[in-house]
Amino acid sequence: MELLLDSLFNGVAIGSVLLVAALGLAIVFGLMGVINLAHGELMMLGAYTTYVTQLIFKLPILKPFYNSYILISIFLAFIVSGVVGILLEKTIIRKLYGSPLETLLATWGVSLILQQFVRSVPLAYGTGLVISLLIGLFLPTTFPSKIKESINFKYFKFSSWIFASLTGVLTGSIISSSVSKLSRASARNVDVTAPSWMRGQVEIIGTAFPKTRLMIIVITLISVIAITLFLNQSAWGMRIRAVTQNRQMSDCLGISTEKVDIITFGIGSGLAGVAGVAVSLLGSVGPNVGGNYIVGCFMVVVLGGVGNLLGTVLASFGIGIMTDLIGAGRLLSIWPDMPLPLSNTINFFATTSMARVMIFALIVIFLQFKPTGLFPQKGRMVEN
Amino acid sequence: MSLSKIKFDKKIVLSFWIILIALIIAAPTLLPVFRLNLLGRYLSLSIVALGVDLIWGYTGLLSLGQGIFFALGGYCAAMYLQITSSSEFPNNIPEFFALYGVEKLPFFWEPFRSPVFTFFAIWIIPALVAGLIGFLVFRNRIKGVYFSILTQASLLVFFNFFNGQQKLINGTNGLKTDVTQLFGQMVGSESMQRIFFWITATIVIAAWFFAKWVVKGRFGNILIGIRDDEPRVRFTGYNPVIFKTIIFSIAGGLAGISGALYTVQSGIVSPQFMTVPFSIEMVIWVAVGGRGTLLGAILGAVFINYAKSLVSEALPASWMFIQGGLFILVVTALPEGVLGWIQGDGPRNLLQRFGLKRKIETYPSLEVNNKEGNNE
Repeated sequence: MELLLDSLFNGVAIGSVLLVAALGLAIVFGLMGVINLAHGELMMLGAYTTYVTQLIFKLPILKPFYNSYILISIFLAFIVSGVVGILLEKTIIRKLYGSPLETLLATWGVSLILQQFVRSVPLAYGTGLVISLLIGLFLPTTFPSKIKESINFKYFKFSSWIFASLTGVLTGSIISSSVSKLSRASARNVDVTAPSWMRGQVEIIGTAFPKTRLMIIVITLISVIAITLFLNQSAWGMRIRAVTQNRQMSDCLGISTEKVDIITFGIGSGLAGVAGVAVSLLGSVGPNVGGNYIVGCFMVVVLGGVGNLLGTVLASFGIGIMTDLIGAGRLLSIWPDMPLPLSNTINFFATTSMARVMIFALIVIFLQFKPTGLFPQKGRMVEN
Repeated sequence: MSLSKIKFDKKIVLSFWIILIALIIAAPTLLPVFRLNLLGRYLSLSIVALGVDLIWGYTGLLSLGQGIFFALGGYCAAMYLQITSSSEFPNNIPEFFALYGVEKLPFFWEPFRSPVFTFFAIWIIPALVAGLIGFLVFRNRIKGVYFSILTQASLLVFFNFFNGQQKLINGTNGLKTDVTQLFGQMVGSESMQRIFFWITATIVIAAWFFAKWVVKGRFGNILIGIRDDEPRVRFTGYNPVIFKTIIFSIAGGLAGISGALYTVQSGIVSPQFMTVPFSIEMVIWVAVGGRGTLLGAILGAVFINYAKSLVSEALPASWMFIQGGLFILVVTALPEGVLGWIQGDGPRNLLQRFGLKRKIETYPSLEVNNKEGNNE
């Protein structure tokens, strides 16, 4: 019993990391059909946001609130990755709708640039840049409609970008002068230390669970619930679903598909940022941290069935539990006296990397029988 | 496209070939050994790029897993070299086996004692693996981005497998070929490298002609048909699965040859050949050179890699920015690649923009037809 519980918990923990990472992708890829290979790098930005927030909360003014930095960083990571995602959509991806292979290549280019960016630009100035992007993109939308519709709107927009860049430079230099660790560029991995209330373990029915793992499960749970509510209950959620189902018809009915695209992509990217916070709790944060997850995320989405959140949830927990079962060779401890060739095979696959081999092979086999995943989209579409 | 494809005079073509062959023969004396070796490596990479062009440029299948076949070819060649030069080691097997306590050569390496077998294995094994993967994927009508994702996943499967198997293939460390012997000569030696360069150059040209032959005629037409409208090809009575599988395994075989040549010139084969970025890079060589042009794939592979090594020597940090920018630029501004742009209307449009060339008539087809009519 204890063994089973332990195994289940490990599986759920692995699965929830996968799920939170794949959730944003399920929205961007599943609903919009956009292959975003920079998704992993958006996660990385979220992880770095956590790191920057942690260091800023070590400053004397914010020291009393240090314990709550992780909660704030979830919020900030959502915004940072979301803003970068929106910028990406506005500049590149918008031009490439309908040509997924081109999108794939372009976003791979973006991911390379983002990786090198965190290596060679000091994080303080990176923060400043993100802040100026945030102001520049969102300040014009808050203007009263009188200004928005006036012919001089572009000058207002221009001046708000100037204001944004000044603010960005200012915050960048303030941060870099007050936190010395952020003032120099470095390619080395950094570590996020969890606040004291998150360290240690909790005992449930005689089994000890690390608190960080529980925290990740909680983050995942909240993200899934929030996104489900948003998609199914809110007006914008309904518009997103409408555009997913029939873009032209939605356009004709007066839904601004352009806005829907921006919002969908922004939310998907923001969720990548939240996933980044979760990932930063698991290990050190480096420029390549996102690359480790991206293929797994795609497999989750493909396995679950595109455009279906329930499928994504089931697929990620399924993969998580299977990874734990195979990678730790748990079948052997459940059934100790199995025949020799079988146990040899299980031992052969009982390492982390070999478990991945097995899982991917199983997925490919599964797709032989259900090529469109667990929950395929219903419809009578001719191909494409 | 067909309108503006430039037809060259026979004399120009002939002199082009003479210059090219003269350059290939003279290159070892003109270039320092280091540069020659780099050029040889990049030429061998252009073979895998040719394969990518066949499946992506002509058939519309974007594979992100060509690294698998590339590495398989490399492993075949490297293992043969290791086995033939292992006579002084215990048990007559390559040295690394002793580190992991393996006393007998694993059975699947046994045939690699024979040079003839290896010669065929280098391209047949990758082609078979590619055919198998391709068949399983195409049979289910998985295509487009799903195909790309699945090939990437298979790449990871192979990467993890090769990385984890110390006892069979030396795991992360890979197989070294530098100090092995071939025909009594050290593989890493200068004279051998020169010969490898010549072999590579010849094979590149041969592979180019082979690829041209493949895309010529009805087979090539069906490939292009699959790229442009697959359901229509199916409704016309062809089975796209067979054609896709064949072309995918041809590309796999080319990748295998390329991997073997690259391995003997770089001196090592390791699971690093199967990393995700390397396989995507292969696609970008083709994208920059010009998809669907074949020659563009070769030029793209050689020039981008040369640029990479030159830039990385001068400014190590900036290559990632340049490469990323190149991806975005090619996709958004130059979707046909450089060669496609030159062969298409690119230069004319550019000249027009500066007012240097007069605009063409509204109906170019009429113009051409009239001319043909006059000739008769």
